[in-house]
Amino acid sequence: MLLSHLPALQVVLPLIAAPICLVLHHARLAWAWAMLISWSAFGIALSLLNRVLSEGVISYHIGKWAPPWGIEYRLDEASVFMLVLVTTIGVVVTTFAKESVEKEIVKEKIHLFYTCYLLCFAGLLGMSITGDVFNIFVFLEISSLSAYALISMSDDRRALTASFRYLVMGTVGATFYIIGVGLIYMATGSLNIADLAVKLPAVADTQTVRAALAFLIVGLSLKLALFPLHSWLPNAYAYAPSAVSAFIAATATKVAVYVMLRVIFTIFGVSYVFGTMNLGPAILSLAIMGMFAASAMAISQKNVKRLLAYSSIAQIGYIMLGISFATVTGLSGGIVHLFNHALIKCCLFMVMGCVFFRINSTDIKDMAGLGKRMPFTMAAFVIGGLSLIGVPSTVGFISKWYLMQAAFEAGSWVIAIMIPLSSLLAVVYIWRVVEVAYFSPSPDGETAIKEAPVSMQIPIWVMVAGIFYFGINAEFTLDVARRAAESLLGGIVL
Amino acid sequence: MIIDNFILLSILIPLVGSFLIALTGRWENVRESVTLITSCSLFGVVISAGSAVMAKEKITATLATIMPNITISFDVEPLGYLFACLASFLWIVTSIYSIGYMRGHHEKNQTRFYTCFALAIMGVMGLCFSSNLLTLFLFYEAITLCTYPLVTHSGTEEAKRAGRTYLGVLLATSMVFQLPAIIWTWVAAGTIDFTAGGVLNGHVSTGLGSILLLLFVFGVGKAALMPFHRWLPAAMVAPTPVSALLHAVAVVKAGVFSVLKIAIYIFGIDFLGLLEAHTWLIYAAGFTILIGSLVAMRQDNLKRRLAYSTISQLSYIVLGAMLATKAGILGGGMHMITHAFGKITLFFGAGAIMVASHKTEISQMKGIGRAMPWTLGAFLIGSLSIIGLPPFGGAWSKWFLCMGALDSGQLIMVAVLMISSILNVAYLIPIVVQGFFSELDVKEHHAHGEAPAFCVAAQVITAAGCLGLFLYPEPVYQLLKIIEM
Amino acid sequence: MSSLGLYNYWVVVVLMMSGLYIVVAHGNLVKKLIGLNVFQASVFMMYISMGKVAGGTAPILDESIKVYSNPLPHVLILTGIVVGVATTAVGAALIVRIKRAYGTIEEYEIEKHEIEEEETNAAEGLTCF
Repeated sequence: MLLSHLPALQVVLPLIAAPICLVLHHARLAWAWAMLISWSAFGIALSLLNRVLSEGVISYHIGKWAPPWGIEYRLDEASVFMLVLVTTIGVVVTTFAKESVEKEIVKEKIHLFYTCYLLCFAGLLGMSITGDVFNIFVFLEISSLSAYALISMSDDRRALTASFRYLVMGTVGATFYIIGVGLIYMATGSLNIADLAVKLPAVADTQTVRAALAFLIVGLSLKLALFPLHSWLPNAYAYAPSAVSAFIAATATKVAVYVMLRVIFTIFGVSYVFGTMNLGPAILSLAIMGMFAASAMAISQKNVKRLLAYSSIAQIGYIMLGISFATVTGLSGGIVHLFNHALIKCCLFMVMGCVFFRINSTDIKDMAGLGKRMPFTMAAFVIGGLSLIGVPSTVGFISKWYLMQAAFEAGSWVIAIMIPLSSLLAVVYIWRVVEVAYFSPSPDGETAIKEAPVSMQIPIWVMVAGIFYFGINAEFTLDVARRAAESLLGGIVL
Repeated sequence: MIIDNFILLSILIPLVGSFLIALTGRWENVRESVTLITSCSLFGVVISAGSAVMAKEKITATLATIMPNITISFDVEPLGYLFACLASFLWIVTSIYSIGYMRGHHEKNQTRFYTCFALAIMGVMGLCFSSNLLTLFLFYEAITLCTYPLVTHSGTEEAKRAGRTYLGVLLATSMVFQLPAIIWTWVAAGTIDFTAGGVLNGHVSTGLGSILLLLFVFGVGKAALMPFHRWLPAAMVAPTPVSALLHAVAVVKAGVFSVLKIAIYIFGIDFLGLLEAHTWLIYAAGFTILIGSLVAMRQDNLKRRLAYSTISQLSYIVLGAMLATKAGILGGGMHMITHAFGKITLFFGAGAIMVASHKTEISQMKGIGRAMPWTLGAFLIGSLSIIGLPPFGGAWSKWFLCMGALDSGQLIMVAVLMISSILNVAYLIPIVVQGFFSELDVKEHHAHGEAPAFCVAAQVITAAGCLGLFLYPEPVYQLLKIIEM
Repeated sequence: MSSLGLYNYWVVVVLMMSGLYIVVAHGNLVKKLIGLNVFQASVFMMYISMGKVAGGTAPILDESIKVYSNPLPHVLILTGIVVGVATTAVGAALIVRIKRAYGTIEEYEIEKHEIEEEETNAAEGLTCF
């Protein structure tokens, strides 16, 4: 009985847990509560994954209202993949957050932090699971609003302006999205994704639908920080509390990418977007520009968190590049990179959390000699960095392999060469940090080991283990990604 | 038992060794004993499989399946086995030498040094036994990354800059040329396994084959084919044992080994011979041979001179591979071994001089042979072997390379090889001559004697190796002959 | 008729553009927030207009009522309005805190403060990079 309601529980659980967290009003208690919720959500996601992989698509009707009138929660390979990703990151970051948040946020506000955190978590899960375009908007705003609040909780006053900028850009993006939704509703009278996929082709050749596509793509591009609509991202990631950076960097933009996938492939269909409208070259060129421009900007950063933020924009470029090929290989490359990059960035931002925990700064200049003082933390940074570069046996390599393979299969070897070329820029920005941390003496001559607490180390090394495991044995992730890509490209099978 | 798991053992031993070294770092003697024991047991394991390899037994191991149909797997073939023997044997010698050198030179961070050294050897072992391009690439990159801390060992601004060049060139070439080539091969041929006779023939046109060949050969930056040679002189800021084992043997030989392996098992020498690009690469190699030697003559810093000499000598092997004849491959494989013994002797000599007299420039080394007769004697033997004079090993490999060049009708290359030998004489012999026959610098107050005993011992062993390779080349020759082409 | 008949949509477009313009052009954070509100209001109008059927009444189940407007967009936009209110609230709260932290809500002044902060940081760390 309960099992059949798991899709609803996946979202409702953290959603209800959030106000309870507010009532708890105690730092440690709130953390324990958040921990409990994220583990249960993780468990639910795993069991849903298991069911989808063995039984196929799950369709859950909220309040027993049948789609297309009622809201449908629809779970196929792609959405369940996102659920597992978000909940995994959720579990890891919550573990990490305990010490990190106690250090960075005043004690009286910690329960508020976890309230917002759970809300954000619920919003992201909702976006992944729902099969209704308007419902996506609602969850998008739940996650975004709580994200703005989370970012502004940092001590650094620059976080406030960063959060405000994010709020303005994010709201504009979401509003664009809702305009697009309105326009397709005008044309079809439906909001259900599966239903839209059936109804849209009949009216596809109208100005309304074309405008809808434009609004949806631009709005979502803002949300997922596609170059050049990324200006909100660097400061928001750089000045947010460490746990928030780790969580948002790994999930928020990724879920937005997922929604983009839904819009492009499921609702409008690959032949319309890439055939009739011919958006492929546009997305491709923006992706490549993003890969190079953002990596180049990352090189000149003084603050490592900002550096990583720019690198995130570049990585979004890789994901979009994979999508722009509109082939199974390309799309699965994009989806795999979505997962892989989430692992890497989560790991790297948590490392920066540990660094901040000890030295109260994440500026490169302050990291001299850190390789000796925090050997484990910095080792994790090196591994994460290598994975970002795409060194074999790490996850980054798998995605790059797939993207390059897709490029070769599409016959465009120029693009295939672009991918490793932009990785070289990653070598430069990662190595700037590595050189300072390992080959510059500490400024005060201090070399005593002062590692971050174990509870912050464990999540980092879990991610590192993931980076290696899914880098050496990628069959599972690739299989899920390939199935997701096939189901996206094949349209929805009703 | 050992035979069955010998591949995994030979990768595991240096890995475990590096952990133990890191753990025992606080106690110098224990740490260095661990290094020695690890290197000896590695050599023991590798050598124990000799008869099985000669009998062409199939020994394979698969570690993991990375992507569908793409695995990390290993097998043993003669060329790789030969390289593994070479690297593991010279590791022992270098370990002995390192003890003398690192202590004599009072280097800092010695634990990091020995740990990374062992890790680099692990990379080499993996590379030797890799049975597909991806595994090769994996260990190729591992070697680059593990040797980076060795290059920047001293932590000075100069070392950091050298480290950037080192990492930049090696990673850039491998990621921008080699990796796309691998993936292109995978897309075109549907397999990246090393197969006797090659996998590309019939799947790609000769035009695309030419592009792939260029991508592969330039993508193996470790082969130091010009214009991607800058990293090797830069890497000379590293402590001398690193230059000796890694930048004269393990790392650079990993490069040319990859070229040989790709030429034999991915292209196949028949297909290789059909490609337009193999002629261009022969000329590129010839160019590198001559220019490398000429630049070497102009270097006053001894280690840099040796580095440019290495660049030139590596192209002999690339040349051997690109000739696309059996004799060429044989010569290339031979030269991998003989040059290794010769060059490591020279580097040992350079390091010994540095430890004993703190001299790095050739112009300062007048009359040094009187104080350090053993060192300079070994240096002379190494030089003669590099030049290719009997009775030293280098003579054989040059002989086979010339045969290969004649076979494929590349008379110009025969001339290049001859000219290069003369250039070798011109940049190596004067060092010995002025060392023995010039008067000691009058301004010299600081008298010094022979290098530490550990250093001398290592040099004697490798110099003896040069001689031994001339007298008993049979095992090497036999191994190379059973390569299935 | 056709262009005038769609006059609500003209209003929508005008509101949308002026809202966006305010967001982009004004440096005052409160004005930005107001612009954002105007922008969102245009979308509310769009949804309300699209559901309206000419001559229709509220959708009440009664025999006398033949033509009624589509209630769904109206309900949807109720949610949209709630989201808009929440966004404004969060934005306003942020502005209050920004005013406390920087003493101003003008964007260029805030930027000046931030650049100064950067420079003092950079001056401290010149030795390294």
